[in-house]
Amino acid sequence: MELERLGIWIGALLTLAIFSFLYKDNPFYRFAEHLFVGISAGYWVAYYYWNIIRPNLIVPLAEHKWLYIAPAVLSALMLTRIFPKVGWLSRWAISFMVGTGAGIMIITYLQTNFLEQLRPTLVSLDPTGQSWQSAVNNLLLVAGVVSGLVYFFFSKAHTGVTGGIARAGIVFLMVSFGASFGYTVMARISLLIGRAYYLLHFWLKVV
Amino acid sequence: MAENDRPVKPDLIERLKSIDRRIIFLFIAAAVIFPLLRPIGFPVKASPPAIALYNAVERLRPGSLVLMAFDYDPSTMAELYPMSLAILRHCFSRRLKVVALALWPMGAGLAREALHDIGVGEFGLRYGTDFVNLGFKAGGIVVIETLGSSIAEAFPADIDGTPVERLSLMRRARKLEDFDLVIDLSAGDPGIPFWVMIAQGRYGRKVGGGCTAVSAPQFYPYFQSGQLVGLLGGMKGAAEYELLANAKGEATKGMDAQSVSHAAIVFFVIVGNVFYFLSRHRSKRRG
Repeated sequence: MELERLGIWIGALLTLAIFSFLYKDNPFYRFAEHLFVGISAGYWVAYYYWNIIRPNLIVPLAEHKWLYIAPAVLSALMLTRIFPKVGWLSRWAISFMVGTGAGIMIITYLQTNFLEQLRPTLVSLDPTGQSWQSAVNNLLLVAGVVSGLVYFFFSKAHTGVTGGIARAGIVFLMVSFGASFGYTVMARISLLIGRAYYLLHFWLKVV
Repeated sequence: MAENDRPVKPDLIERLKSIDRRIIFLFIAAAVIFPLLRPIGFPVKASPPAIALYNAVERLRPGSLVLMAFDYDPSTMAELYPMSLAILRHCFSRRLKVVALALWPMGAGLAREALHDIGVGEFGLRYGTDFVNLGFKAGGIVVIETLGSSIAEAFPADIDGTPVERLSLMRRARKLEDFDLVIDLSAGDPGIPFWVMIAQGRYGRKVGGGCTAVSAPQFYPYFQSGQLVGLLGGMKGAAEYELLANAKGEATKGMDAQSVSHAAIVFFVIVGNVFYFLSRHRSKRRG
């Protein structure tokens, strides 16, 4: 319990040290920043060794599963980038990764993010038999998709009718960027709330 | 000293244009802290994607298997951890069986904490029969692909090193198709897109999700197309789920602060724009 309290104090003081940068750069901020970078580096090295390299390479090799020599060699080739003279060897490992990645991803990605996304844009524009909200939604959806695509169609000059549709596409894109920005603000404020709640609830115990 | 040589005192518009940004930081800090100290109680209304996820859990029969992926780390805890607690609380109250795993290294530890607090602490459930934590596995989409053929191949042992065949719950959960619902709580890559691509696209599982607010606009199309059964976006999504599950928690407490700080930001945006246009209008008039 005492250790937990100590952890909360350390967390709170480091949070305040990081926040102090909002006033201006200072030694407390620098200390917290360097501590974070150092601990993170150490943590990840240990974590990757014990959770990735050891169970996926060292243990299988110790069990005489010799097939694992192939990924070990490819991993070693990756490290040749450190030495400029033999750095080209790393391309073999990279091409293996790109090839397998593309093989796994291409078809599934197209199916999920293109074909399945195309289907919901095929909606009825006939207002009969649906609520007016639904009719307006469908109209906006089709108009947004078509005008957005026209904006990215560069084989014809954006003048006349094409230019008008492309300009409508910009409006839809701007609305979409605005929504994304709004969500980004919400996310950043959520993180601030998380830290404030930590200080007020766990450290000061006032909420 | 001649009249013209006197330093010109900047007027209100000029002073506001060059306002010290630390003053704005103070306003935002106040907008966050005061509502946490003195809750206002702004109403929270559940959105259709949150209701859909809640209904997807609600429709499952007791004993159904739910796979929960904790694909986030402490940096996004403020948004995703309350979601994890709210969903777990709902699942356990419906007597669903939960198998947790993580494609993010630190997600496994967060899953352990959440399962312990809710599963053991609130519901008195037993590890191995009511819930299991398989821990972390590196590989992203390849791990999900492997789950499709065999969970034991991807996760031979749970987070504590216990072989999965010794856990009674895992005798029912042998591959992805054994799960009635998959819920991914995602802070980035690997996350929701991979689960949609493999678990939903290839294996036809129902997939729901929770994500940070930053990535929510990217994932709403999956909900619209029916590829996701429901989606929680950011702290607001978590608060909506808490409301639906009738278990108010950290996210609901944070929503007042969220609303007040958003109002402060909107106020500053409006004021900034008004003074920008006033200043531009004046410079045009001066030629």
